[in-house]
Formats: sequence, structure tokens, C-alpha cells
Amino acid sequence: MNLVIAAVILWLAAMWVNIRIANGPADDSQGAKLAVPLIFGLTLLAMWEMIVRGMEVPMVILPAPSVIAARLTSSIPILWADFVQTFVKGALSGYVIGVIAAFVAAIAVDRSDFLRRGLLPVGNFVAALPIVGTAPILVMWYGFDWQSKAAVVVVMVFFPMLVNITAGLQETSAMQRDQMKTWAAGYWQGLWKLRLPAAMPFVFNGLKIASTLALIGAIVAEFFGSPIVGMGFRISTSVGQLALDMVWAEIVVAAIAGSLFYGGIAVIERIVTFWHPSQRRG
Amino acid sequence: MRIVCAKDCARGMLMIRNVFPVLTVVAVIFGIWYLACVPMNIKTALTEAERAGATVSTPGARERRDMSAIGLALANPAQWRDTFALKKPRLPAPHQVAVELWQTTVEKKITSKRSLVFHGWITLSATLLGFAMGTVGGILLAVGIVHSRAMDMSVMPWAIASQTIPVLAIAPMIIVVFNSIGVQGLIPKAIISAYLSFFPVVVGMVKGLRSPSAMQLDQMRTWGASKSQSFWTLRLPSSVPYLFTSLKVGIAASLLGAIVGELPTGAIRGLGARLLTGSYYGQTIQIWSALFATAILAAGLVAVIAGIERVTLKRMGYGK
Repeated sequence: MNLVIAAVILWLAAMWVNIRIANGPADDSQGAKLAVPLIFGLTLLAMWEMIVRGMEVPMVILPAPSVIAARLTSSIPILWADFVQTFVKGALSGYVIGVIAAFVAAIAVDRSDFLRRGLLPVGNFVAALPIVGTAPILVMWYGFDWQSKAAVVVVMVFFPMLVNITAGLQETSAMQRDQMKTWAAGYWQGLWKLRLPAAMPFVFNGLKIASTLALIGAIVAEFFGSPIVGMGFRISTSVGQLALDMVWAEIVVAAIAGSLFYGGIAVIERIVTFWHPSQRRG
Repeated sequence: MRIVCAKDCARGMLMIRNVFPVLTVVAVIFGIWYLACVPMNIKTALTEAERAGATVSTPGARERRDMSAIGLALANPAQWRDTFALKKPRLPAPHQVAVELWQTTVEKKITSKRSLVFHGWITLSATLLGFAMGTVGGILLAVGIVHSRAMDMSVMPWAIASQTIPVLAIAPMIIVVFNSIGVQGLIPKAIISAYLSFFPVVVGMVKGLRSPSAMQLDQMRTWGASKSQSFWTLRLPSSVPYLFTSLKVGIAASLLGAIVGELPTGAIRGLGARLLTGSYYGQTIQIWSALFATAILAAGLVAVIAGIERVTLKRMGYGK
């Protein structure tokens, strides 16, 4: 019980500190912007630990952060193998194939007005559907190993990418395109030098959405059948064994992998679209 | 008035202009689908035909196993018809899926365990409950974030970061944890749905509540408006377009959450369960019809929200 009271006191204290920083004179500094969310996150973690210990919450409901951290460090080989199976083999390969396929399709759509008017509404429609549902079918076709997961990811990534790339290719103004024509640029020159660079903000928007979808697709597809390795497999079997510390460890890995993937794309975006207003530093 | 009509008419023209290309694309997709059925299903069809006593180009299922499906299909044109009528095809033909959909929605009683309406309702109720919880929670948190700088600085980075991680991975655990404290069925699934729709709503609403310009906010101040007055008359109305955009994302995410929430319980009821039992027993037609049911449900939900959006925004005077 004492620990629970301590948790409440800690919460109040951290809140007080955060309010002081946020309403203080240095609230716009980089340090404050980093410190406030960090204090908030660490307080939550500490409270979680104290309340779980103080109320003696059983492991099958909620393991304490320290237990999860211990499990994480003690089973790095298993987690690494799962990560390679699900993220590198399943999600990443599917992501690359899906993005390339979407580029090819978008340029085909771009060259024909008929295709654009026909395929885009269909693509928009499909992009809103719960495509994870195709997982059981694709697992049946491509087997239990990573190929079927990559296939699910390809299908999930393709439509949002197609919609975004096509929207991006419309970004240039008629005047800019005319300018290219007066310089006697052909279709491919115009595409390469003008329209593709102009489309990049949209492309990266799609790439970011797709990065989250890719990881979700690869993990959920493993719920429908997988070899005895993989993050989705580990989550579903560990849940069955009530080994929730292992489940949380996998979730931590998934969270780190997901945010690094997203962050990596954001960094590349910063380099490629340095000219765009949203990238200017104030 | 005339301007409004011109706009509406233009939109109508645009839709008519697009109908023909869209129909063509859909027809081509169905054509490819039918064509793909032949090589996909030819091996099963040949095995069944052989069992029925017909002569086929290469006798013996084992001999055929490693052969090219397209070659087999070309060598056995007599079995093409059979590839569209198998009981457990690798790829069911569109009409098989349509017939199954019709039989499991219209011809079955809705209380029947084999009715898709029954399973669809199970999934839909969890989706809607979760969506409502996630939306209300998201709006409340967004209001808090806009009004408290401390909350903004501590919560917002985590809300944004949480969109980059696959939260869906938590779904099986939520189901099992609630199961172990004796809560089953609707509530755990709704919580997953709520969790998935929560963050898009928070992010969208914060953007929306902040969308009034500094000049508009100053104008409110010159009129001596209190904080709550400028919230109700300025901030909240200007956030509505943003809210609807995130609601459309949120409802699709909610449905996804409800479906995935049905997977780990051993699959008893709901559209996700239909997908899973279908994949356990190789009932491909059942999988495809469940898949189309989810697609129809998702499209319907998004369309309903888009409809409400159009009416509301028109009433509020947007887009004039």
C-alpha cells in the first residue's frame, strides 16, 4: 500500500515540475521540449512499477517494467531471430516490393488519363479497406514462411503508395510543365527533372504511412500461420502460455523497430525535400 | 444560388465522366480474376476429374505436382469449367463468392451461427462501441492538450510517437488479460478498437482546435470573450472539418482492431473468427466471403461518416 501512496506522490511531484517547466521562462528551449515528455514517460514507468509491486498484481495481468526489462535482456537471441524473421524478411522486403510496384503503377496511371480516372477511385476505395483480412488467403498460397508475410505487406503498402504518388505527380503547375516543354523536354525528362522531385513530399507521406502498415501486416499475418519464429508467432504463443513478460518484450522490440523505421524515413525526407516549406527550421 | 448549382452540376458531370473508366477497371479486375482461377485451381480440378474417371493429359496427382499450372491448364481445356465450381478452390471464382455471400446473408436466418449478418453484427457492435469510446476520449484529451501547456508538452510527443508503432500487436494480450479477470466478448474487443481510433482523433483534434488564426483569436479577445466562450464559438466549430477527417481514419482502424481482436480467442464469433476458421479448415469460399463482408462493412462505415460530414459541413456553411 505504501508503494501506491508513493506512486501518487511521485505523480503529483512530477506534474508540478512539468507545469513549472511548461509555464516557466525557458518553455521554448530544446531542453524543455525534451525534458517534459521524458519526465512524463519516466514517471508513468515508475508508477507502473510501484503500483504493480504495491498491489501485487499477478504476472498474468500486468508484469512490472523491471520484469519486462529483465526478460528483454535475457532473451536477446530469441528476440533478434524474431526481429529478423518478421521485420527484415517479412516487412522490409514486402515494403520495398510494394513501393516499387506502386511507382510502376503510378507512372502507368499517369501516362493514361483513362487509367487515372478509372484506377484512382478503385485505389482510394481499396486503401480504406482492412486489407489484413487477405492474410489467411496469402498464407494459404505462399506457405507459412516469410514469403506470405511479404505478400501481405505488398498488398497493404501498394494502394496508399499508389494514391499518394499519383496525387504527388499532379503537384506541378501547368506553367512549370509548359516551361519544360519550351525547353523541349520529353515525357521522361519532365518526369525525372520536374514532376518526380515535386512529388516527393507526397511520396514521403505515403512512405511514412506505409512503414507503420508494413510492420502491422507482417505481425498480424503471423497470427494466421507461421514457422516457429517471428514476432507475431512469439506474441500469440506467449499469450497462450500466459508469459506476458515475453509478450511485452516483443512489443518493446516492435515499438523500437517501428519508430526507427519511421524515423529513418523522416531523416531521408529531410535530406530529399529540403526545399519544402514544412522542412524549414524556424 | 446559381453558383451552388454550377458547382453541384460540375460535380455530377465529373462523376459521370468517371463512371465509365471505373466500370472498365472493375470489369478488367473481374476478368483477370476469372482467368487466374483456371491455372490456380487446375491441379485440384484435374485430381477430381481423374477420380470421376475422366482422362487427363498427365495422369497421377503426384506427377502433376511440380508441373507448370499454366501448361496443365492449356493441355486440359475440358476441365476449365470445373475450376470455377470446386468446393475448396485455391482461388474461388467471383460468382462462387457472390453466391456464398447471398446465401449467408439473405437466405440464412440472422440468428443462425452461419449467417454473416450475425457475425457482422458481433464485429460491428464492438467496432462502434470502441469507436465511440476512442472518439470521446480523444476529443477530451485534445481539449486538455490545447488548454494546458504542460499537458501539451508531456503528452503530445508520445501521442505522435505511438502512431509509428504497431499497436495492433497488443491486441492478443488485451483479450487474454481481460479473459483472465473474467471479462469476455464485446468489451475487450471494443477496448482494442478504442485504442486504435484514439490517437488519430487526438492528433486531428489538436490540429483542428489550433486552426483558428491569431487574428481570429485576437478578435474574440477584443469582443471580451472568455476562454470558454471562444472555445465554444470559435475553436470547436473550426475543428469540425479536422475531426471528420480523423473520424474516417478512426472508424477504419476501429474495424481493423475489432477483427484482429477476434483472432486470439480461438475464433468463436465475428468476421475475424470467420476468417480464422476458414483458414483452419481450408474453406476458401468462406474466407473470401468474410473478406468481402469486411470490405463492404468498412466502405459502408466510411461512407456513413462521409455523408454526415457533408451534411454537417454544409449546414455549418463550409465550402460555400
